[in-house]
Amino acid sequence: MSEYFGNIKTGAVTIATGMGITLKHFFNAIHRKGDAGVDDVDYFRQVDGLCTLQYPHEVIPTPKNGRYRLYNNIEDCIGCGQCDRACPIGCITIETIKVAPDDLALCGKTSDGQQKKFWLPVFDIDVAKCMTCGICTTVCPTECLAHTPVSDFSEFDRSNFIYHFGNLSRLEAEAKRRKNAELQAKAQAEKEKKAADALKESKGGE
Amino acid sequence: MSSTALSQISMPFLMGNSLNAWSEALVGFNILGLPLGLVILAAIPLVFIALYSLTYGVYGERKISAFMQDRLGPMEVGKWGILQTIADILKLLQKEDIVPSSADKFLFVIGPGILFVGSFLAYAVLPFSSAFIGASLNVGLFYAIGIVALEVVGILAAGWGSNNKWSLYGAVRSVAQIVSYEIPAAIALLCGAMMAGTLDMQQISVLQSGSWGFAHFFLFKTPIAWLPFLIYFIASLAEVNRAPFDIPEAESELVAGYFTEYTGMKFAVIFLAEYGSMFMVSAIISVVFLGGWNSPLPNLGAIALNDWTNGPVWGAFWIISKGFFFIFVQMWLRWTLPRLRVDQLMYLCWKVLTPFAFVSFVLTAIWEVYVP
Repeated sequence: MSEYFGNIKTGAVTIATGMGITLKHFFNAIHRKGDAGVDDVDYFRQVDGLCTLQYPHEVIPTPKNGRYRLYNNIEDCIGCGQCDRACPIGCITIETIKVAPDDLALCGKTSDGQQKKFWLPVFDIDVAKCMTCGICTTVCPTECLAHTPVSDFSEFDRSNFIYHFGNLSRLEAEAKRRKNAELQAKAQAEKEKKAADALKESKGGE
Repeated sequence: MSSTALSQISMPFLMGNSLNAWSEALVGFNILGLPLGLVILAAIPLVFIALYSLTYGVYGERKISAFMQDRLGPMEVGKWGILQTIADILKLLQKEDIVPSSADKFLFVIGPGILFVGSFLAYAVLPFSSAFIGASLNVGLFYAIGIVALEVVGILAAGWGSNNKWSLYGAVRSVAQIVSYEIPAAIALLCGAMMAGTLDMQQISVLQSGSWGFAHFFLFKTPIAWLPFLIYFIASLAEVNRAPFDIPEAESELVAGYFTEYTGMKFAVIFLAEYGSMFMVSAIISVVFLGGWNSPLPNLGAIALNDWTNGPVWGAFWIISKGFFFIFVQMWLRWTLPRLRVDQLMYLCWKVLTPFAFVSFVLTAIWEVYVP
């Protein structure tokens, strides 16, 4: 019998306590919970108040050295393709065109003075696939590939996740390819001519 | 004919301060022999339920629950999310009205209707003001207790008709719960009826008026009235399936209980019924124990607060405020207490509430007979 009344008493007391706690939170909803971080002494004392962060309107900034979205500084890229080979999921697509000797000055140098030897008509990063492992950035010899602190880049269309970093338009790439082909054909013709001359000379010598 | 009708409809606001003046004027309001006044009389509580569910019921509950959990609640639609409910209603209206192919079509469709009618019928005897009551029955309280049982039929129809395990579980639990909890609830209300000596809701309210305001309320009239008050409040939570007695719709166990299969407007009607019965039990407890439309403020000498704050319009304010206060307590409890297990629920009803209801019944009877 005493257990019966004890239970009722416990029930009443615990309900009253619980309702007191809820009401305290209800009335504390007029102010925000403090901004103290884990390092602050007051961190565990700021229990009451609203803790909602209205995300698109209010954002906790990502760290300056945060490593989220992949970015390629195409000015420094030498088109070596090591990142493409290193990427575990193959989210980087690279196409290169060799720079013709007379275009070398046009193509320019990287910021540390290295001569670039490839045009890059296609340098695509599929950021939807990218898992930010950072292997591509470690193998990159010119450190042009890096993760940026941008963490929110949602899109409505899947294809918008493919970021294009190439430094040639399609027409330009076509022109460069044609030029290379012409140069190659010319070199081939000269080679054949040289071979033919050599053959003729050797025949004339007999 | 139209001139008399006009005079009748303007009467409530000009001179009708006597008991039931507004509702009687409405009853007498006919156009071409059609009882238009009766329709308006029935439509007023309906509009009230709709408005209160939209504002306080849905938006208020979301905000209150959010604040109790240190959240903000809806914030995007309109300033502070005020238009959130309208957005929800628009969504519900556009939704496809699905009837599962293996459901019992008739029961499935009629379930929400019975549910809503069950909770709405009780509004007939709620005195919304000293001058307004749907039907001034001399057995008003008895009718209110009895008609709520109709909800059980609606819940069972919805749960059984859905042909879904969760729905059926929810419905059966709900029926067991409501039928059990009606006993302590009815006995607790009987204590109030004994104190009043009548079952007429309007008369019960009249008996609690006086210049001392809250001191005349039945809750403060006898030293044991708090016990039936508390018992009825707990039992009413179970009757309207509110937490901590929300096992019929236990989200974590039964998906959504008896309305798992409902979509669109049928779902909205079930929710409307739920909010309707929430206010209904809150209004009943206010009428029986807290004076209904009487002002709780006492007359303090020359400062006649009670006289200033009484009257038909003030009465509507007071009963709606009291009802809203109890709805707030219901929400407050919902976000405080975890759900009871089925056996704990039955233990609480049969082994705690019912014996204590009997004790309070006997004590009230003794008080009424032997204490002048």
